[in-house]
Amino acid sequence: MIDLTKISLCDLVKGIKKKDFTSEEVTKSFIDNEKKSKKLNSFITTNFDEAIIKSQTFDKKKNYSGLLAGVPLAVKDLFCTKNIKTTAGSKILNNFFPTYESTVTANLWSEGAFLLGKLNCDEFAMGSSNETSFFGNVINPYGDKLVPGGSSGGSAAALASNLTPATIGTDTGGSIRQPASFTGTVGLKPTYGRCSRWGIVAFASSLDQAGPMTQNVEDCALLLQAISSYDPKDSTSVNVKVDNYSENLTDNIKGLKIGIPKEYRVENMPDEIDILWKKGVEYLKDAGAIIKDITLPHTMYALPAYYIVAPAEASSNLARYDGVKYGHRAKGKNLIEMYENTRSEGFGDEVKRRILIGTYVLSSGYYDAYYIKAQKVRQLIKKDFDESFNEIDAVLTPSTPSSAFKVGDKKDDPISMYLNDVFTVPVNLAGLPAISVPAGLDKKNLPLGLQLIGKPFQEQTILNLSLAIQKRAGFKKSIKEWWK
Amino acid sequence: MVEIMDQKKFNYYIQGEKNKWEVIIGLEVHAQVLSKSKLFSSSSTKFGADPNTQVSLVDSAFPGMLPVINQYCVEQSIKTGLGLKAKINLHSVFDRKNYFYADLPQGYQISQYKNPIVGEGKIILDMPYGSKTVGIERLHLEQDAGKSIHDLDPENTYVDLNRSGVALMEIVSKPDLRSPDEVSAYVKKLRSIMRYLNTCDGNMQEGSLRADVNVSVRKVGSKEFGTRCEIKNVNSIKFMQMAIQYEAKRQIDLLEDNKTIDQETRLFDTKKNETRSMRSKEDAHDYRYFPDPDLLPLKIEKKLVDTIKKNLPELPDEKKERFIKEHNLSLYEATILVSEKEISHYYEEVVKNCDKKLAANWITGDLFAVLNKKNLSISKSPISATNLSSMIKMISTGKISGKIAKEVFEKMQSNNVDPHEIVEKEGLLQQSDPKALEKIVQEVISKNLDKVSEYKSGKIKLFGFFVGQVMKVSGGKANPQLVNNILKEKLK
Repeated sequence: MIDLTKISLCDLVKGIKKKDFTSEEVTKSFIDNEKKSKKLNSFITTNFDEAIIKSQTFDKKKNYSGLLAGVPLAVKDLFCTKNIKTTAGSKILNNFFPTYESTVTANLWSEGAFLLGKLNCDEFAMGSSNETSFFGNVINPYGDKLVPGGSSGGSAAALASNLTPATIGTDTGGSIRQPASFTGTVGLKPTYGRCSRWGIVAFASSLDQAGPMTQNVEDCALLLQAISSYDPKDSTSVNVKVDNYSENLTDNIKGLKIGIPKEYRVENMPDEIDILWKKGVEYLKDAGAIIKDITLPHTMYALPAYYIVAPAEASSNLARYDGVKYGHRAKGKNLIEMYENTRSEGFGDEVKRRILIGTYVLSSGYYDAYYIKAQKVRQLIKKDFDESFNEIDAVLTPSTPSSAFKVGDKKDDPISMYLNDVFTVPVNLAGLPAISVPAGLDKKNLPLGLQLIGKPFQEQTILNLSLAIQKRAGFKKSIKEWWK
Repeated sequence: MVEIMDQKKFNYYIQGEKNKWEVIIGLEVHAQVLSKSKLFSSSSTKFGADPNTQVSLVDSAFPGMLPVINQYCVEQSIKTGLGLKAKINLHSVFDRKNYFYADLPQGYQISQYKNPIVGEGKIILDMPYGSKTVGIERLHLEQDAGKSIHDLDPENTYVDLNRSGVALMEIVSKPDLRSPDEVSAYVKKLRSIMRYLNTCDGNMQEGSLRADVNVSVRKVGSKEFGTRCEIKNVNSIKFMQMAIQYEAKRQIDLLEDNKTIDQETRLFDTKKNETRSMRSKEDAHDYRYFPDPDLLPLKIEKKLVDTIKKNLPELPDEKKERFIKEHNLSLYEATILVSEKEISHYYEEVVKNCDKKLAANWITGDLFAVLNKKNLSISKSPISATNLSSMIKMISTGKISGKIAKEVFEKMQSNNVDPHEIVEKEGLLQQSDPKALEKIVQEVISKNLDKVSEYKSGKIKLFGFFVGQVMKVSGGKANPQLVNNILKEKLK
């Protein structure tokens, strides 16, 4: 019998519809696989019993109307799921059971999918290696000493090791695209406002965006379509029609103009990244795209600006975790002491670091020098892209400056950790859509991704370009299931 | 120290041991927006519900919850801004004011900092020494916090989040106020305007209106402002006045003692009638304001402002002008009649059918006396506007005399009886039949022939005696004007 966990999302939906297999069979296959894959530590919470019941109910009712009919899905543990523990990878929410369902996951369920489990992530999505989670680090299926990237590391690892057919992550500075790149999977961050942020534990509100993580571009189109919606409950959600990404998906990209920004050729970047990038250019040329050199002159200021804006917003967003209403509460002689103990015990080091940075850059006397300046930089970065987009349709860059690094390698060196986001962060600052598509392997046989950045709400364009790359790169997953 | 007060001329200066001082006051009024639901959530704002029964996931700041602006509250604050003759900012921004407290679930209050929805405006006060314009600096929208309850348990504090997220308008005055009386007039006028507009019920007992009071003093003649202290959260006009008096004297004592004032936040202790330091400038919170990334800047269409402006009700100042011009009322009467929306409504109801000047007299005189005595507001008046109007009409049409009217008015108070009914039942209709009156006059003259000759020989003061006698015989019902005429004729 075929291994149902190795089938793509699109094929699973088709197979269930054609009754090649049942939803229950699919669900049980993933559950079995997960049970044999505990070493990866990709799940925080499993929802297996309920998932089986849901699959059985589905098989009885046979309602095939949804885009994801009968498919079990595990999602990043940053999405609030009704009556199911939602931790954001933090001790402070270790006992938190929401009474509500995030809009994005509700969209999944209304398309016929059901919850398989909640996936590990960096604490409050702050991290690029999934080492800051209170529930322990996640292992990259490409090697037992490798990080899967972050913050959606659990999602990437579970997807790459076939513990979920597809998944949903969130991306504030690269948290979908970087782990996708590290695990040979596809990850897309939609335009800011494309997906509702309602019910997602907030990290940095002006940058956060949910997005699909999948085995291939076709699945990505399908899942993006399922989660995108305008949501009046999120004031920053934008009322733009959701395209039929799947139906419109094509690798016919003839005549599209692709910009190659010289500023992304960073110092000390390994040759193989540059080689991969050049290969990407060739693939797109081959598919009929027109390549143009462009300049995005403020790129070098993106990372520092990001590490001001994101912590500033986080320091305020995380103020609600005070032990008063829900979540972890420590004892204290008075209110202040209770606050101090709760937050000292409840938050990990990286979260504390960012709260401190954020509090600092917003303090009176520093606000103008840091926060306001960073906002100005943000405008300039957006302007760079806006101006380029007068001449081109999308931008091609590497997704990350390296392949997956070793567990512990950068843990105590935040600057080098933050540098991992150098290619992904500008996109969040500008609110643009971007995708990471696996395009090759490095010398260590580790996957590398290419990033395509599109115009606002032109997700279709970058999906189509990615499909052209996917077809030409012929990337094959080469995971030996060493953990089993 | 002596407070010097003169009714005709502004004269609120405080004489210290060495100098004469002027008091400078600015107010930050927090007015609860009259709205069924909260500023960023759909929870009810009804007062007096059981604790924590009007709290949504947004109000209690659950993870992933997002604020959505209540458009009605925006319109209410535009309306208030227009009522304050203020500039409406078509672009404004919501900011986060960050601080930790148990009754502040988000860990920040959503407020407006650099770009408020309403800019500069003004309020005109009617003081005994003339009218005075007080500048409005700004009006902004913000969320209220919840309530910490410390006295339910010796060990624990309880939190009630019913108020959490309720919409407030913070209305900041310029430091234009100079005395406790001006502060009282300012708060009353502001409250009255908002009640006319239906944007705030102004109920101070329920906390719908409270103020932070900024007080400083300077020597009379000085142009510079002194260091100010802010007295937080005072919830009655009387307490505001007491707090100002205390605080001004405290500051003067310090300055005359060659000490300096610390810029600080103080609390008014209503039991001890004194202000106490709450926190100094050094301990002041750094609120780390920044634009709330969950909310887009608030854009208002000019068209909306125009529509609201067009539908604005007549406000007290305009009403007053109209009453003086068109109803021929005195400034004093007009000022009283417009001071509260309900009073002006009552007056306008009464004058639909009767003489306006007479109506103003009766309302500000007899009716107010009754209301004061019974401690009632005009909306609870024992005499309805319709009945008062009928009664006044009976006076002007000569059906009853002014004197009888007082009697009828007295009787109308129980059960709000129709004055016609009283007049009819008690036979109080004024006698205006000249023949019948002539008969009475003749009778009086015949009985007092000695007085008649005295009158005729020059003791004209006796005229009043004859009038009195005629009224007495008629049981007070004789038409005094007619009696006068007939008597004059007969005594010629």
